[in-house]
Amino acid sequence: MMTAMLFAQVANSQTDPSTGVFIIATVVKMVVIFTIYMVGVAYSTFAERRVSAWIQDRHGPNRVGPQGLLQVAADGIKNIMKEETYPGYASQALFILAPGLAFIPAFITWAVIPFGSPLPTPWGRIDLVVADLPVGFLFTLAISSVGVYGIVLAGWASNNKYALLGGLRASAQMISYEIAMGMSTVCVLLLSGNVSLNQVIAQQSQMGWNALLLSVAAFIFLISAFAETNRVPFDLPEAESELIAGYHTEYSAMKFSMFPISEYANMITASAMMATLFFGGWDIPFTQWDNTGPFTVLKSLATFAMFSSKVLFFVFFYIWIRWTLPRFRYDQLMSLGWKILLPISLGYVVVVASTVLALDYAGVTRGPMFGAVLFGINIVLMGLLLFVADRGRLVSPAYSRLDKRNVDKLRAASVGRSTLPRPVEKGA
Amino acid sequence: MQNEFLPLFYTFHFYLFGLIALVGAIVFVTRKSPVAAALWLVVVMFALAALYVMLDAQFVGMMQILVYAGAIMVVFLFVVMLLNLGHPSDLNDMRGKLGRLLAGLVGLALVAELMALTRSEVTMKLVVPPVENAAAGTAGIIGPIAGPLFKEYLLAFELTSVLLLVAIIGAVVLAKKRSN
Repeated sequence: MMTAMLFAQVANSQTDPSTGVFIIATVVKMVVIFTIYMVGVAYSTFAERRVSAWIQDRHGPNRVGPQGLLQVAADGIKNIMKEETYPGYASQALFILAPGLAFIPAFITWAVIPFGSPLPTPWGRIDLVVADLPVGFLFTLAISSVGVYGIVLAGWASNNKYALLGGLRASAQMISYEIAMGMSTVCVLLLSGNVSLNQVIAQQSQMGWNALLLSVAAFIFLISAFAETNRVPFDLPEAESELIAGYHTEYSAMKFSMFPISEYANMITASAMMATLFFGGWDIPFTQWDNTGPFTVLKSLATFAMFSSKVLFFVFFYIWIRWTLPRFRYDQLMSLGWKILLPISLGYVVVVASTVLALDYAGVTRGPMFGAVLFGINIVLMGLLLFVADRGRLVSPAYSRLDKRNVDKLRAASVGRSTLPRPVEKGA
Repeated sequence: MQNEFLPLFYTFHFYLFGLIALVGAIVFVTRKSPVAAALWLVVVMFALAALYVMLDAQFVGMMQILVYAGAIMVVFLFVVMLLNLGHPSDLNDMRGKLGRLLAGLVGLALVAELMALTRSEVTMKLVVPPVENAAAGTAGIIGPIAGPLFKEYLLAFELTSVLLLVAIIGAVVLAKKRSN
């Protein structure tokens, strides 16, 4: 009788399911997400190679299977069959633990990301999110802040100076950009008034996407997400021209492969966060059809398709950037994080908070009108930022010249620290 | 929902995380390698976060991971690696027997104090009665914390942040002096 109660069918498919059904549904969702995610990670490595080939006017891998689609399986088999090497004097336990630690946080974040509108079943309404935590957003921040351990420990445990330098760079870089990232998302929370990701999505379906309402925050989040995932132009921890391969220099076979896998896993997770926080999550734009009940299977499928296409777009964007921009220098990386992104995001929080306060006092309800005012302010701010404050500095450094003062500073530094013999002075 | 339907499940996990935290803490203070010690401390932080979440203090739990495990311990590791303190032999500065004995006694005294406090009536007086907050429904789980912090206790909160700012400026000043 107990089991019958646990798995009871409910009269209305729009109400909450019973406990037993809830547990089974959660396990099923976990398995489904894990499968889709792993396949996605595998094929994003393939996409990276094909897109890079397309950008560089090459063919890319196209021999294994139709259009090279089985290349992923070939890579996997190769990596598992290869011989593994362990460096001498390495810290064995941490050396083995590090690749796992690099991968797991990216995966855990998916537990709280909503990927579709609720699905009605004969046993009740199933929310299309593994765990709808009341602190969902903070959970994603917390888990992404733990993601650095894998890289740092890989660098330290290898007992190799290049690996150690890579690990050091990774920890400094991730801490620096985490702050700007956190500050940029404060604005999102100001608008939604809550830290539950479902609330963030609901707010965006009412007022318009946060990418339009909070474009500056979205811009900062995007840049920080690149830094957090160690992707070009922020891949200093594995800069091959300086550090051989950085933190994974000593790794081989499948353990090495875990690091690229975790990079792509992080990339997909960051894309999903970008889509959820700033691009409406599973919300279909220009219509309220998907946000209002009664929920149907068709709505669930449509919103899931919408969410996946947003995520895939950002994955493509990551790849696109990688084959477009060169790597930063280390001091540029640090000054971008601390001297530019952090002050801008702090100032922006003040602007958004005072705008929200003013609009609330003026009696504007949270809706399209509220969004329109914020959108107007953002157009002005983005214009100021990109065309006045940034003229020839960051966005367009490739064709801009250094000003006289900086050239002199660099020259002075290079003379002082040069390892070449100094020019012989007259009379010596 | 879970702790009504599955009390055993809940109790088992509560004690499990408590055990993990205790074992992690003991291993943490007995490691000689600073990196290993730091990682065991991270384990303790996670176990504590789990306990907070199980006590319905999700916000505190998440902050535990975000601030302690994600930021402070990463900086610890960074410093340890930067100074290359990784080799235990260099760091063998365990105090003598007297020091250990003293530390053990202080620890026992603290545990005894905790035990006594849980049985005394003082703790019951300190418990704040749950506030009927009309806004709690819309503000979710953060509202009950943010409300008092930014309304009743705003001055204390801001003074604390000034204190932190002073510490940061002090650190910058000290670092500048050394480089000159």
